[in-house]
Amino acid sequence: MTLGVVVFPGSNCDRDVKWAAEGCLGIATRFLWHEERDLSGLDAVVIPGGFSYGDYLRCGAIARFAPLLQEVAAFAERGGRVLGICNGFQVLTEMGLLPGALTRNQKLHFLCEPTDLAVQPGPCSWLQGYSDGEVVNFPIAHGEGRYQAEPEQLRALEDNGQVVLRYVRNPNGSVGDVAGLTNAAGNVLGLMPHPERACDPATGGVDGRRLLASLLG
Amino acid sequence: MPLYSARVLVSLRPSVLDPAGEATRAAAARLGVDGVSRLRIGKAVEVELEAPDEATARIQLELLSDRLLANPVIENWTLELKDSASAGA
Repeated sequence: MTLGVVVFPGSNCDRDVKWAAEGCLGIATRFLWHEERDLSGLDAVVIPGGFSYGDYLRCGAIARFAPLLQEVAAFAERGGRVLGICNGFQVLTEMGLLPGALTRNQKLHFLCEPTDLAVQPGPCSWLQGYSDGEVVNFPIAHGEGRYQAEPEQLRALEDNGQVVLRYVRNPNGSVGDVAGLTNAAGNVLGLMPHPERACDPATGGVDGRRLLASLLG
Repeated sequence: MPLYSARVLVSLRPSVLDPAGEATRAAAARLGVDGVSRLRIGKAVEVELEAPDEATARIQLELLSDRLLANPVIENWTLELKDSASAGA
């Protein structure tokens, strides 16, 4: 099992993901510079949090065109497991791997706090270690995490079981309390909260461990 | 090749909340400007583009607007294409 962690200019959670996966769980990780194209030998890819390309234009808008992400899109298409955390979730929506968009928080504040989330794993391979309806706590840290989708699209996602993580107390105004989404096949997960910051008991809870540990499945 | 100049206006779709616009609207009242009933913040992008003719320029600018400058999930865009600014070499 080897996990690839994408590194853009401006990524700042790449090392957190490596620590959580490798340091806490013993999953070998490899950093992938945004100009690379080589995903050989990887079983899963994480697009971490941060401010890729300074979040210029829109969060994730420039990152979408990185050479590496063309390969990640093909990898996901083949059923490869892709996890987008925070800025990574924004990138996944810009890429079109997940529907909708992330916009400015309703009250404009950058929010940085522990957050309760209700899990409905549905088809999502990343969440199979959690039970349906379980409430977990991951930190959030974002200024643009308000999920936006048209009502009929949201309904279709809900009917399909793709809304896999919801805020128990909606902090940012996301429609449908959406905190995380999976694709129809369940191999791609995007979420605003940070599971990798909930893996080391030294820094708080460990509710995020099972998400990454699903790779050891 | 002729040089075309354009301005692309990107605005949030009407159904999308614009909290920054709302905060600015509230500040307008504090400035003493009353009666601002609507204030939405967008972006204006100025572009110069070399293309063999105007039709080609328009196609390229539309692609740019729709696929990069705006995210159609949350934003609308309009394109103002001006007459050829100058003839290049």
